[in-house]
Amino acid sequence: MTLRGRRGLTPYLLLLPGVAFLAAFFLVPLYYLFNTSLQEGTFTTTFTWAWENYSDAIGQFDEQFVRSLKYAGIATALALGISYPLAYWIAVRGGRWKNLLLLFIIAPFFVTYLIRTLAWLTILSDDGFVVDVLQTVGILSDDGRLLATSTAVVAGITYNFLPFMALPLYVSIEQIDGRLIEAAQDLYASRARAFLRVTLPLSLPGVFAGTLLTFIPAVGDFINAQLLGAPGQYMIGNVIQSRFLQLGEYGQAAALSFVVMGAVLVLMLIYAKVLGSERLTGAGI
Amino acid sequence: MNDPISRRQLLGRAAAGGAGLSLAALLAACGGGGGIEGGGETTAPPETTAPPETTATGGGETTAPPKELRDIVWANWQLYLDTDESGNRYPTLEAFEQEYGIDVEYLEGDINGNEEFFAKLRPQLEQGQSVGRDLIVLTDTSGVPGRMIELGFLEKLDKEAIPNIVNLLDVHASPAFDPGRDYSLPWQGGLTGIGYDPKKVGGDVTSLEQLFTDPKLKGKVTFLTDMADTVGLAALLNGDDPSAMTDEAFDRAVATVQSAVDSGQVRQFTGNEYSSLLAQGDVWACMAWSGDLVQLQYDNPELVWVQPAEGGMIWTDQLLIPKGADVYSASTLINWYYDPAIAAEAAVWINYISPVKGAKEALLAIDPEIANNALIFPSDDTLAKSKLFDVSASNNDGYKSKFQALLGA
Repeated sequence: MTLRGRRGLTPYLLLLPGVAFLAAFFLVPLYYLFNTSLQEGTFTTTFTWAWENYSDAIGQFDEQFVRSLKYAGIATALALGISYPLAYWIAVRGGRWKNLLLLFIIAPFFVTYLIRTLAWLTILSDDGFVVDVLQTVGILSDDGRLLATSTAVVAGITYNFLPFMALPLYVSIEQIDGRLIEAAQDLYASRARAFLRVTLPLSLPGVFAGTLLTFIPAVGDFINAQLLGAPGQYMIGNVIQSRFLQLGEYGQAAALSFVVMGAVLVLMLIYAKVLGSERLTGAGI
Repeated sequence: MNDPISRRQLLGRAAAGGAGLSLAALLAACGGGGGIEGGGETTAPPETTAPPETTATGGGETTAPPKELRDIVWANWQLYLDTDESGNRYPTLEAFEQEYGIDVEYLEGDINGNEEFFAKLRPQLEQGQSVGRDLIVLTDTSGVPGRMIELGFLEKLDKEAIPNIVNLLDVHASPAFDPGRDYSLPWQGGLTGIGYDPKKVGGDVTSLEQLFTDPKLKGKVTFLTDMADTVGLAALLNGDDPSAMTDEAFDRAVATVQSAVDSGQVRQFTGNEYSSLLAQGDVWACMAWSGDLVQLQYDNPELVWVQPAEGGMIWTDQLLIPKGADVYSASTLINWYYDPAIAAEAAVWINYISPVKGAKEALLAIDPEIANNALIFPSDDTLAKSKLFDVSASNNDGYKSKFQALLGA
């Protein structure tokens, strides 16, 4: 009895530091943010209760909302498309260079986010190499440009969040037992079929984790849209930033933050349901 | 936002300032256009003959006994105080520390946007707590200094500790947001006009009309994210007076900017980033701050800044003492920088417009080239055509919302 009692308590005690941390630095601020989201006014006027912050938030900025989801979705898909072959190759063919290759993926993180984004101003410059090539092959018109377009914003987001996709993918592919693939081939599966039936399903936990890690921060990003985009590319993060810091409309900004949080949560739940996250997380990410 | 990064952006610190933009004093400017140069000339001789040290210490000695100097903290924008070659030491500030025996902790780049910085300090100010800074620098045309006065968030200057206030240029004597100069004194100012690359444009850009509509520039133009600048210049293009905004004039200005956006003329709204875009050739012509162009010209001598034919905007960053700060020590520091010789030494490096009478004359001795640079010491004619953006418009929440909507956020 005592033994069972203690055993029952231990996991909770072990959880305590984590839970306390979450409570102090996530739940409490979240509560204050929620409180703020129900108030209206700026510091020069006074604050009054305003439930309509939420309806305003959705009604006024639906355009930026949809745009954020769209850009983040495209960027996540691109990151997945680029990262999968990359991670696969490193995991399967990397050999003794694995660690070095992984270091290359993380290397951009040694530089500040902002600097990395500003570098794209040079890469995509009107007189730069990329625009030149695209104009020569006719993809861009002669007076076309990449900067201040949605292409630049999506490219910036994809680049900035790529490592978040590549690393979990690498881990899950690397863990796959090679004998399973051999077994599939012994049973006359073609290489493509073995990949589709064995490797791909077993790497899904990595896809799942990478997608979340990329998509969620990408939805709230505003730096890429601000530096690489024009007003027509502004995302919901830009709106929240300007409400908070330029207009001092904390209520609306907080309400918008909650709407974003809610939307992302719902999307993630649907995604998890479709992919079957229980099985995935059970598979051990 | 703006915020921040490359070397050029740093250079562009003005941006932020600019952003705020400014105009302050110039309500007066228009009338007292003579201000900067004329004032300097007439009053400078006596100032220059008096050794700066004497002036400074004199002030300190008479008022010091009852009051005690303490270590203070000064928050400022990037690249807004003279440094030595290493960039880590501030000669004029170190001289002050030696002279008065106190330490000044200088927070370079602590301020990166007027509204942003105010939003950061506000919670403490509301609760009557110290904000940990004794001296801050904010732009008049952003409306923030005026708002802080109204809200009781600023301490009055200790004018006894600032005898050098006599060196304040006449144009700055009585701004609308602080008519008696009880709470603020200018740090540096700047002009907003057109910056362009004549090689790219294949000619000159001399008017706002050209900037807003010339098809040659389509997609190669940037405007500023600061309302005072962008709306102010659009109002000038429309023939309205930006220093006395009406609802109609504001809406007209917003519509003018909107049509330039819709036509594809404007590629982006920027803070300081325009300077790197202009230097690398992605932007051919843009709304630009005078001091940025002075700095850009060191590496890109072909770039040009002009005041548009329709007129330009002017702004001034103000030295302010937040509630709860050490007023006497901060005022003593302000006094130091109102000594023409010290102001000149700082001006050599900062490249914005000094509000101190006699600074130009003092500078002629140190660096005649800078003293004669029309962007640092603008002519009477330029000043007469510079407008200070209506500060009450800067604080109008409805206007601010409309402008943010124009920016797409």
